[in-house]
Amino acid sequence: MAVISNGTTIIDAGALGATVAKGSLIHIKTLTASSSGNLSFVNGASGVVLDNTYSAYKFVFINCLPSSDGVKLKYNFSIDTGSNYNVTKTSSNFYAGHTEADATGFGYDSGLAQSTSDAFGTVGAIGSAADEGCSGELYLFDPSNTTFVKHFHGKVTIYGSNPQAQITYTGGYCNTTSAIDAVRINFESGNIASGTVKMYGVL
Amino acid sequence: MALISNGTTILDAGSVASSFKGSMTLIKKLTASSDATLSFVNGASGVVLDGTYKEYVFMFNNMHPGTDNTHFVFNMSIDTGSNYNVTKTTTYFHAAHNESGSASEVEYQTPSDLAQSTDFTRLQNFSNSNSDASCTGTLHLYDPSNTTHVKHFISIFNSSSYTTDPYTLQPFTSGYGNTTSAVDAVQFKYSSGNIDAGDICLYGIS
Repeated sequence: MAVISNGTTIIDAGALGATVAKGSLIHIKTLTASSSGNLSFVNGASGVVLDNTYSAYKFVFINCLPSSDGVKLKYNFSIDTGSNYNVTKTSSNFYAGHTEADATGFGYDSGLAQSTSDAFGTVGAIGSAADEGCSGELYLFDPSNTTFVKHFHGKVTIYGSNPQAQITYTGGYCNTTSAIDAVRINFESGNIASGTVKMYGVL
Repeated sequence: MALISNGTTILDAGSVASSFKGSMTLIKKLTASSDATLSFVNGASGVVLDGTYKEYVFMFNNMHPGTDNTHFVFNMSIDTGSNYNVTKTTTYFHAAHNESGSASEVEYQTPSDLAQSTDFTRLQNFSNSNSDASCTGTLHLYDPSNTTHVKHFISIFNSSSYTTDPYTLQPFTSGYGNTTSAVDAVQFKYSSGNIDAGDICLYGIS
């Protein structure tokens, strides 16, 4: 049975009517780390949607803390629902840093060139003390498209192991025309001691 | 009573199912009118700035200074606005280009960063007070009520800066409030003079 108001269909067949105003940033999944080797979002698993339902996907990192001191945040993508995270990527990174002792750094840092390695989400080494860690976001555009490469960009700010605020801006593309159907987030060594990664779809 | 359509719960227990509503919720909009400051204080005037959301976004529309050549700045409070003096370490760089096309740069700016300082942090520099000049931008504040971690933030602005040689100036500011106390208020102002006009909207991201 549909809900119709003044001739407008509000609800029908388990969905809001097309003309009903609704938000465009839709929460899909929250993963919380607890000494986790990685956090993975796989289309079709555990309520994750990572297909052509949305034109872009946003991942938000909140207080992700490594178990090992001085490591970088990384991510990679899969075209086989998480069996392998080894998509070929070309990427760029630049950063701005400022230590608590008032030293600064600013510049380009090497990205990936047609590499299947994990992409670095941070240039700087993240501290593992209880109050340290990193926060930021990553956008992945049109992952299910089978014509184009898959663009992504992100920005992550850290509390570094050399005590500093440092932000990294990353951009690049997965050089594949296969659909991306899984994303994995981890640190370059050790576990994700704690932290939250939230996944959204953008209508 | 729930409202279920074709097996899908649309409404239940007084709220719309999460899959049908957006994750970005407007909490509060403040409009400046020759105000010295604009402050968002948890629990006051409908403001929520606590553990309800893990990410808060401030969106700035056409902030206009009352005084020429000032900086738009912010600070945080851990005592519901009694003091805005959280210790911060921050970074600042910008991209800039003047209207005549004769100058451009991408550069880190040490006068605009902080190292373990309780001063207000610059989000934008050298405001142009001409009637049509303003700045806009966003500020993301992560998990302000967390009592284990520092408080990360990331900001991007764009402004029309410098009155005599107008520039588009795009500042990128980020860093952390170096406190494990809950941040429960945020204040914005110009480094001198009033906020002549402009809107700031606070959103919670669920």
